[in-house]
Amino acid sequence: MTSATLRPASVAAAPALRVRGLTLSYDGRRVVDGLDLDVPAGEVTVVVGPNGCGKSTVLRGLARLLRPSAGSVRLGVDGSDDDVWSLRPKEFARRVALLPQSPPLPEGITVVDLVGRGRHPHHTVMRRWSAADDEAVVRAMRATGTLELAERHVEELSGGQRQRVWIALTLAQETGVVLLDEPTTYLDVAHQIDVLDLLRDLNRRQGTTVVMVLHDLNLAARYADHVVALRDGRLVGSGAPGDLVDEEFVARVFGLGSRVIVDPVTGSPLVVPASTHQQSGPSS
Amino acid sequence: MTVDWLTRTAAHADARAAAAGPADLARVVRARRRPARRVHLAIAALAVAAVAAVLVRVLLGDYVVALADLLPILRGETLPDAPGASFIVMEAKLPRALVGLLAGAAFGAAGAMFQTTLRNPLASPDIIGISLGASAAAVVALTFLDAQGIWLPAAALVGALAVSLLMYAVGRGTALAGQRMVLVGIGVAALLSSVIQFVMTRTSVQDAQAALVWLTGSLARATWPVIGLLTVSLLVLAPLLAVCSRWMRLAELGDDLSTTLGAPAGRARLGLVVAVALAAVATSATGPIAFVAFLAGPLARRLCGGRASLWAAALVGAVVVVLADFAGDYLIPDVNLPVGVVTGAVGAPLMLAVIITAGRAGKA
Amino acid sequence: MSSTQTADRECRTASAEATLLAVESILVGGGRGARHGGAGGAGGSRHRTPALAALLPVLLVAAVVASIVLGSKAIPLGDVLQVLTGHGDTVADRGIVEARVARTVVGVLVGAALAVAGAAMQGLTRNPLADPGLLGVNAGAGLAVVVAIAVFGVGSLSGYVWWAMVGAGLAAVLVHALAGLGGSVTPLRLTLAGAAVTAGLASWSSGLLVSSRQSFDAFRFWQVGTIGGRGLDLVVTVLPFFAVGLVVVPLAVRQLNALALGDDLARGLGENVLLARATVALGVAVLCGASTALAGPIGFLGLVVPHVARFVVGPDHRRIIPACLVAGPTLLLAADTLGRLVAQPSEVQAGIMTAVLGVPFFVLLVRRGRMASL
Repeated sequence: MTSATLRPASVAAAPALRVRGLTLSYDGRRVVDGLDLDVPAGEVTVVVGPNGCGKSTVLRGLARLLRPSAGSVRLGVDGSDDDVWSLRPKEFARRVALLPQSPPLPEGITVVDLVGRGRHPHHTVMRRWSAADDEAVVRAMRATGTLELAERHVEELSGGQRQRVWIALTLAQETGVVLLDEPTTYLDVAHQIDVLDLLRDLNRRQGTTVVMVLHDLNLAARYADHVVALRDGRLVGSGAPGDLVDEEFVARVFGLGSRVIVDPVTGSPLVVPASTHQQSGPSS
Repeated sequence: MTVDWLTRTAAHADARAAAAGPADLARVVRARRRPARRVHLAIAALAVAAVAAVLVRVLLGDYVVALADLLPILRGETLPDAPGASFIVMEAKLPRALVGLLAGAAFGAAGAMFQTTLRNPLASPDIIGISLGASAAAVVALTFLDAQGIWLPAAALVGALAVSLLMYAVGRGTALAGQRMVLVGIGVAALLSSVIQFVMTRTSVQDAQAALVWLTGSLARATWPVIGLLTVSLLVLAPLLAVCSRWMRLAELGDDLSTTLGAPAGRARLGLVVAVALAAVATSATGPIAFVAFLAGPLARRLCGGRASLWAAALVGAVVVVLADFAGDYLIPDVNLPVGVVTGAVGAPLMLAVIITAGRAGKA
Repeated sequence: MSSTQTADRECRTASAEATLLAVESILVGGGRGARHGGAGGAGGSRHRTPALAALLPVLLVAAVVASIVLGSKAIPLGDVLQVLTGHGDTVADRGIVEARVARTVVGVLVGAALAVAGAAMQGLTRNPLADPGLLGVNAGAGLAVVVAIAVFGVGSLSGYVWWAMVGAGLAAVLVHALAGLGGSVTPLRLTLAGAAVTAGLASWSSGLLVSSRQSFDAFRFWQVGTIGGRGLDLVVTVLPFFAVGLVVVPLAVRQLNALALGDDLARGLGENVLLARATVALGVAVLCGASTALAGPIGFLGLVVPHVARFVVGPDHRRIIPACLVAGPTLLLAADTLGRLVAQPSEVQAGIMTAVLGVPFFVLLVRRGRMASL
């Protein structure tokens, strides 16, 4: 296990997703406005920003869930370069997977069955379930440590286990890009770390491009290779967490006074918030 | 320090991978097949039950026909010792059984499709206005236009489709289109039931009562042309349904996930369109039969060990309608209750039982 | 085992609640940001459109006047005043005026009762689609009237009144008891139990009606709700029930606000959730029972008016209920008056007109409602 295999692919590589002038609206209300963004291939990108800044909306735009009113999203995995809206749904689904924040859970479904539904984009009218699908399911469950739960009903599982199963579903899709909307919501701190470790391992071992929305800035700084910060639907900063996250950044994005120190465990920036009640930002 | 940390978590992942073996594949395959086998078993048992129900309906009752006589009758022979048997079976009992079977299956499948796609236990064609669209059109046709024979189901079909189109138009192009469709359906249902009540006060009591029988859901109008209409419709819709049942498995995961898994946008709604068509055809043939669409899905799910299956729901619907029609005819001597009265009277407690047991399970 | 089942239930109710939430976000979306703000009473419960709120009483007066003056035969306002002040002996159309006044009184009572009951019902079940009829009262009253006609040969409006009251009450109790069996009364279970009882009772009614033509002939006119043809003596009979309901429900607005935040939070705010629910449900049942007894089943009013009220005055029940008290009669009288004008010399009953007028509005609400985003 050399450190060379642990480093992500070179940042100079073509971006996996290239966003230009992206404008997204709900019922005529503009939520994301003229966003330019590059998602580096083979890295973990984390989108941060205050509540209501359009984080999740951007993710929906990347995942083709929301048609942009202006601008484009281009997908560049494996040397291709396609506008995401030019792809057929299944073609796109074989390249990009999304785990929504809290998808509804079908009643009475078992772990294997749920994970297996991630194989849908690989099926055609002629070719249904095959041995290759079983193998993909095993790989996904092995990677997420859910094999022991195979026969269980998902409803019976704990929150942390359940989230692993959902992630296994997106892994079974076997895409080069995985998008996750707040994958740590409702999890306790141990399970948050567990899920994020899992995602980073996946990225390091298989070179999967991971994009996730997180609201915890410290977890973002700890796990991201690349941080993207939004405020009011606009990009206010992007870069490696070590370069980007400082006290001025926290003030600019969240309007919060803070101290930023070095995380003694990981060496990443660690934000220690000051109280918002006594505007006592020590650095001003 | 950073590298040290990374190495440690990577080793953690390696340990996970190392624990895996070829036995895992076998385990996953086994885990995948076991619930599927339960569903297949349930479907087989229900198919047997459906055949049995049809036989009971045709052979038993006030006029008992021996099983041995059935085949000759079906071949068109006249029995020497019971010359009337042929007529009773071919013109009364068999058409009723078949219409019940086909319409029940259509109601069951449509209801299950609605409930799964919209993830709402209250979503069923009787509640969201499709049945009432058919009913309003049929009542108007029956009372004002004096519609007879095949024209009555035709009018009902037009009514149901008109309501569906309206719902679709309202939901089109908006987020949560499925939910909006349900809401509009409920509103339209209220409007249409007012229209029906109004019509009922503006016509002769004879016409109004004929309309009431139709509104309750009855197999009394079962004729071979109606069976033909039902069969052709089901033959067209069933393959579509088979395709939709695959999307249904995705639709269960919610709009977002099913879209990113490659279900084309609005495909879930295509499933709803098929369900609407099924409900419309069935309603046009029999009138709305209470609770069948509503309950077939949950009952089938129970029989299948918690998994949703359109085919099982269709068979449950078929069995329920055929048996309820039999019960309505013979349960109370000298009173012929329309099938809808029986399913309504029995269905309500059954649904309550579902609610209560669900509550008990939660409390345990 | 028990923990797995609890988890199972959580999932199910979670998905069901999610559905209700989606429904709510569609319907109440017009409320924008203030949607969740006002329930506690402190912030956010300001008038959003004070001008519109001030307009409500004006509209009511207009509706009352129109209801008395307009019809297949228009009566000058002066004649109406003469009759009302007891100097009407010379007025040729005195009989018409008196009938219209009685009709208007019925309209005001029933409109207010149904609208208030609807608002309470929606708050109680946290389901914006809840209609007072959902508690089973309409179906209960209907079945009772059918039994009265078919089995006991009752044949007059005043005879139906008590049957309808009792039927409505029993149905409401039944729905509540069933929803509470084997667990606590949750909004979803109340909704399901209401739908089940309604459908079941309606089936029993059909069963009786299908086999008896005379009964059906009497019933088909009762089942179209109308506020016409009821004498003031009948109104006086039912008046105490309206009085009880219209006192109980408005007194429970604070509880309704607390319940709107969810059972747990309501409990945390020191509310006796069970008692609050039972009180409100009782009020709703009495109001609906009395309305149905007096006017027959009138749909849609209880569903639509609370949404109008919420749109005008915001999400605080302390404002919604009074707004309903005013807007309910306005809509019912307007519907009734219009029903008299469109089909002269006959009339379209108010129960039908409310649906005809209410549904397009409702569809618009669904179509325009904003989605919860982000």
